Formats: sequence, structure tokens, C-alpha cells
Amino acid sequence: MEMDIPRIELAGIAPEIALTVAALVILVVHAVLGNRFSTWYLPYLATLGLVVAGALAVIVWDVNDLQLSGMIALDNFATFVKVSLAVFGLLTVWLGRDYLTRDRLEESEFYALVLFAVAGMMLMAAAADLIVMFLALETFSIALYVLVAFKRRSTEAQESAMKYFLLGAFSSAFFLFGIALAYGAVGTTNLYSTGPEADSLFRFASAGPSTDLDLLVLAMGLIIVGLGFKIAAVPFHAWTPDAYQGAPSPVTGFMAAGSKIAGFAALIRVLDAILFPLRWDWRPLVIGIAVLTMIVGSVLAVVQEDVKRMLAYSSIAHAGFVLVGVVAANDRGVSGSLFYLATYGLTVVGSFAVVSILAGPGEHRTRLTDYRGAFYQRPLLAGALTLFLLALAGVPVTSGFVAKLVVFGAAIESGYWWLVVIGVLASAIAAFFYLRVLVVMYMQEPIEGVEPAPSGGWLANGVVAITAATTIVFGLAWGPLIDAAEHARFFVAGG
Amino acid sequence: MRVAPEYYLSLAGLMFVIGVVGALIRRNAIVIFMFVELMLNAVNLAFVTFARMWGHVDGQVLVFFVLVVAAAEVVVGLAIILLISRNRGSSDVDDVNLLRW
Repeated sequence: MEMDIPRIELAGIAPEIALTVAALVILVVHAVLGNRFSTWYLPYLATLGLVVAGALAVIVWDVNDLQLSGMIALDNFATFVKVSLAVFGLLTVWLGRDYLTRDRLEESEFYALVLFAVAGMMLMAAAADLIVMFLALETFSIALYVLVAFKRRSTEAQESAMKYFLLGAFSSAFFLFGIALAYGAVGTTNLYSTGPEADSLFRFASAGPSTDLDLLVLAMGLIIVGLGFKIAAVPFHAWTPDAYQGAPSPVTGFMAAGSKIAGFAALIRVLDAILFPLRWDWRPLVIGIAVLTMIVGSVLAVVQEDVKRMLAYSSIAHAGFVLVGVVAANDRGVSGSLFYLATYGLTVVGSFAVVSILAGPGEHRTRLTDYRGAFYQRPLLAGALTLFLLALAGVPVTSGFVAKLVVFGAAIESGYWWLVVIGVLASAIAAFFYLRVLVVMYMQEPIEGVEPAPSGGWLANGVVAITAATTIVFGLAWGPLIDAAEHARFFVAGG
Repeated sequence: MRVAPEYYLSLAGLMFVIGVVGALIRRNAIVIFMFVELMLNAVNLAFVTFARMWGHVDGQVLVFFVLVVAAAEVVVGLAIILLISRNRGSSDVDDVNLLRW
């Protein structure tokens, strides 16, 4: 009897393998050596794992292939997201090193969980099958649940982890029900055709019998709801402010950058590539979500008194801006969204790096009033935070401006100028609360008798410097990154 | 005896809706989590029914993925809930209200 053995193709998941191996090595080495020795080598191992993963992702640039029996797409779209994720992971690990030593938290588990989360997020970007997408989603979500609860003696962290967990599990059930219905409609969960006769969601959406399309449209709605939770879109945003506030600041930055780009990567692949033929069915839903997200995120951010909570609502508003690019559903919309997510990720990691340093040991000082006169105590950090907030507001000469420009330009190209008008109005509201922080930092006197937070270590300061530099550089010389985003094409069968 | 797949699918839909409603109105973290598990089992029933309809085993295999992931989620979720109830002697989500907008 002859059997077909599937070919073993590891290039598609090589970065994920590297990350998993690195994470396991960190756990085992630390378990064997224990705390008898210093733990200086742990961040080096994590850095090594992330650099190798990033390199393994880069070397398959311009490959257009499906691997592992059509489960993994090897395309530039996935590569772009994977490299961005490796960078976010590196910044998180470095920032985490300073944070963990300052607050005396366990180190090895932190690095391992960050690496596992990055691996899951990378898999999410490359998934060519809905069930792989689900596995990837759960891989990074479960790691993030633990990371949010990492300050496990803090009641706030416990509370935020519980809320994040309950709503996260709730949302994955929606995502999964969507997958089940899509399977019922199409007979497969695969997104792309792998052979001449093989069916796929894409082929079905292009030319399926119209009676069965209803079921697929319902499935699509549930999948949008499930992913909407992960990208923190309104009305699925309830967990965001709580989880962002209670989590350690490095983790918050990582969630805002990584979770968002991974969720959007899946959403963009499903909507703009696979279900593109059904765009008249999903556009009304996504437009509604985008409008709500931009307005609610911006308006609620204005009334926040806690800087982390304010940044959480700002991240909700930013999800709305990226959704504008998703709605456009053209090439510029996809590349613009990728550019937006990459630059926003760098900026938001930088913002939370500053927040983490200024909050001091135990992260007690995150209220807006704690930032009074911060400029006179920590001029460089306050200057960096100013830059990040201006970038988030979309002021020219920062990367945030260019990002908004490309996303809104793509929407106008598709004829959604009124959506862009709403987006610009929302950014105007958003500018107000960023300016509020600046006023507090520059125009109010520091509180008498309160010592400023101790300065951050060289790693944390380095993360702030790197992200500040990229925020300026991509605001002035956006060409190379935009080029890369424009080359980040989806897998095309036979292409 | 032959039963039309519509019955199974209606049951799956009903279970899913009960799960959604229960998760939204109950206040105990453990009970909410049980309703989420009910939603996942509705998904499993739908997968198996569709697999039967299509006449291949793909859907039945997917059920195993769901089961394994759900088990992993339980481990982390119950650990978090345990942490909270140890600290405050309650796992009621209304008692957990330090974070408010």
C-alpha cells in the first residue's frame, strides 16, 4: 500500500520555531541554574531568539508559496508583519529587563512568555487556514493573559487579567463559531486553493452558489466580531482600558503594538484578500465599526485621568483609523494599514516606555496629576513623550502624520471621502487630550516635596531613544518603509 | 433512524445563544467561564454536524483543536480566577471594581 506523506516544509514557520526554541531554552536554563547566579544572560538569549526569528523571516522575502499542506502562506505580507513583530518583541524584552529588575519580578517567565506571544502573532500573520489562525490567536492570547497578570500580587493586575481573560475567551468563541459556519458553507477552512480541484474560501467567495453565500456572510460577521475584540474596536473594546491600566507598562506597550498588528494582519488577509469579492457585504459592518471606534475612542480618552487609560482609549481610536484603510480594500489601503501599524507600534511602545520609567517602582504614579512639571524634572523623557504624543495626534514631521495621510488617501481613492472627514474630526478631538498631557508637563509646577521617579536604566532609556528616533525618521524619510509595505503583497496562486 | 442536520444545527445555535446570554448576565467569574465553555461546545457540535454533511472528517479533526485549546485556556483562566478569589474571598465580577473609567 502506498501512502502520501506530506512534504516537510519548515521555511514557513522557521521564525516561530526559533522563538519557541529560544523560549524553552530560557525556561530550562533558568530552571537548571536557578537564582544562584545572576540572570544577566536571560535577556541576551531572548534577544538572540528574536534576532534569529527576524532574520529567518527576512530571508524568505519575495517568496510566494503555500507550505505545510496549504496551512501557512509564505508571502511578503506575512514577512512585513513578522519583522515588525520581531522589533516590537526586542523593544519589549529590553524594556522589560529594566522594569523587572526595578520591581523585582521573575525574569525568565517574562521573556519566555513574550517570545511565545510573538511566535503566536507571527503565525497569525502567516495563517492560510482559519483553524491555524485560531490556534495562533489562542497562542498569543494565552501568553498575554499571563503577562497582564505578571504583577501577581497587585490587585489591579489581577483584576485586569481576569477581565481580559473572560472577554478574550468570550471573543474567541465568536471567532470559532464563525469558522464553524464558514466550514459549513464552503466545506473547508482553507483560505487559498492549493490545487486545481481544491475548494477554498477565496474561490467560494468569488464564484460560490448564492444560496450558500448567506451562511458565509454570517460566518464573516462572526469572524469580524472575534477579531474586533483583539484589535480593540468599539463595541468590543470594553476590556482594553482595564487590561492596559493593570498590566505592567512594557506589556501594555507590547499588547498595543503586537496584538493590534497581529489582529489586523488576520483581518486584512481575510477581508481584503480572501473575501474581497464579498466586499459589498462586509463594508457596511466594518464602516460602522470604524466610525464608532474613532469617535468613541477619541471622546472617552478626553475624560481620562490616568495616562495609561488615556493611551488605551487612544489605541482604540487608532484601531478605527486603521480600519479606514481596511475599508478602502485597495492596494494602497493594505500597504497604508501596514505602514500605520508598524509606525504606530513603535510610537506606542515608546510612549509606554516613558510611562513605565516615570511611574517609578511599583508603577504607582500613572495619574495625570503625577506628570505635573515633568519637563522640569526629566526634560529628556518629557521631550520624548511630547514627540510620541504629537506622533499619535498626527502632527507633521512625525511618522503618525504620514501614516494617517496614506490611510486616508487610500480611503479617498475608493470613494470614502466622508469616512475620511469623520476620521479627521476624530483626530482633532484626539489632539485635545494629547495637548492636555503636554500642558500638565510643561505649564504646571511639580508637586512640592515629591521626589521624581528614579531615572530608568540604560536599556529603558535606549528603547525610548530608538523609538523616538524612528518616530522622527519615518516622519521625514518614509520612503523605504512605504516601499516595503507596498511590496508586502498577499500570496497569489500561480503568481 | 435519520435525523436532518437542521436539528443539530438549531441545537448548536441555541446552545451558542444560551452561552452568550449567560456569559453576559451572570456575575460569577466561574459561571461566566462555564457559559463560554458552552459556546465552545456549540461550536464543536456545529463542526461535527457539518463534517457529517460534507461527508469528510475535517470537521471532526477540528473539534480536537478546539478541545485542546479550550483545555489550555482553562488552565490559565482558573489560575487567574483562583488568584483573585484567594485575595478577596470572592470571584464575583461585581466585587472586582478597582478599575473604572
